[in-house]
Amino acid sequence: MHEYSLVAALTRKAEEEARAHHATAVTCLRVKLGALAGVEPELLASAFTLCREGLLAGAALEIRNVAAAWACPRCEAAFPTGAVLRCAACGLPARLVSGDELLLEQIEMEVP
Amino acid sequence: MCDSCGCGDPHKVSLDVQERILSVNDRAARHNREHFAAAGVLAVNLMGSPGAGKTAVLEATARQLAGRRRLGAIAGDLETDRDAQRLRAAGVPAAAITTGSACHLDAEMVHAALDRVAWRELDYLFVENVGNLVCPAVYDLGQAVNVVALSLTEGEDKPLKYPVMFRKADLVLLTKLDLLPHLDVQVEAVRDALARVMPDLALTPVSARSGAGVAEWIAWLEARRAGLVRGVAAHGHVHAHPHA
Repeated sequence: MHEYSLVAALTRKAEEEARAHHATAVTCLRVKLGALAGVEPELLASAFTLCREGLLAGAALEIRNVAAAWACPRCEAAFPTGAVLRCAACGLPARLVSGDELLLEQIEMEVP
Repeated sequence: MCDSCGCGDPHKVSLDVQERILSVNDRAARHNREHFAAAGVLAVNLMGSPGAGKTAVLEATARQLAGRRRLGAIAGDLETDRDAQRLRAAGVPAAAITTGSACHLDAEMVHAALDRVAWRELDYLFVENVGNLVCPAVYDLGQAVNVVALSLTEGEDKPLKYPVMFRKADLVLLTKLDLLPHLDVQVEAVRDALARVMPDLALTPVSARSGAGVAEWIAWLEARRAGLVRGVAAHGHVHAHPHA
């Protein structure tokens, strides 16, 4: 259950930005979350709902989930889900193309 | 002006951030990493379930390297400093981090604990993370390598159930190998599960009790350390900085 510590990092970051822009309220945070980021979207959402306060008291959290995608670094062949992560043709270990994102993408705020 | 929903509200601003949520931790981890590298200390983040045998592996490591290499440790647990006590009894200077309720160590916690270990004098600094197969994988500590201890008794499907941690492992130690005759688990089945979550598969079966596999584990560590020391030599100098 590290989702609470993630929410603390997330809200701190958003609040700093909001204050720097003299916002009166933050209405929405947009987060990109990879399937291999080690974070449960539902837990993150419920932790956020419990912890939001101050400028973020009315903020929504929009989570964009990104599936894990692996490819061979040489021939770029994609790996099906659950496959052995070494290219049968090239012999190289697969490279993660996407799926480990844990990003704050956008903050939507109200300004005077 | 709002350009996200098209309402054109002049009081709504959409700010593009595109920043890692854990950027503060990442920065602290980078700081730790620079120090470890400059001092020629190989920092090992040792992760695994509670009871996987992390401390036992470190005790066996200390027995093998006694008199040859200088080891130190930082051990994280929710409560008690028992692991640190065990490591000290094994001759490894060790500091405990008691996290209270936190399920993982972060880079700041490790940095703060450095004041309690003479880490600059070491060849290896082992950070024994909180026993947990999920959360510790999310936080960079500034380690050079991630090692996951997976005990045979946990079963062969754990890599598939907890892919995040095994993906980040540089090496998986399959511990409690001495129990193999008593279990239905096959080492090859563990290897196959790992190959589906860990691209550059590295698995070393060990038994802290019998000593089997410990030499291979030490050889792996020594090879990593040799690479680090070569890097320091190429860099040419060590930064002075007021830590322990």
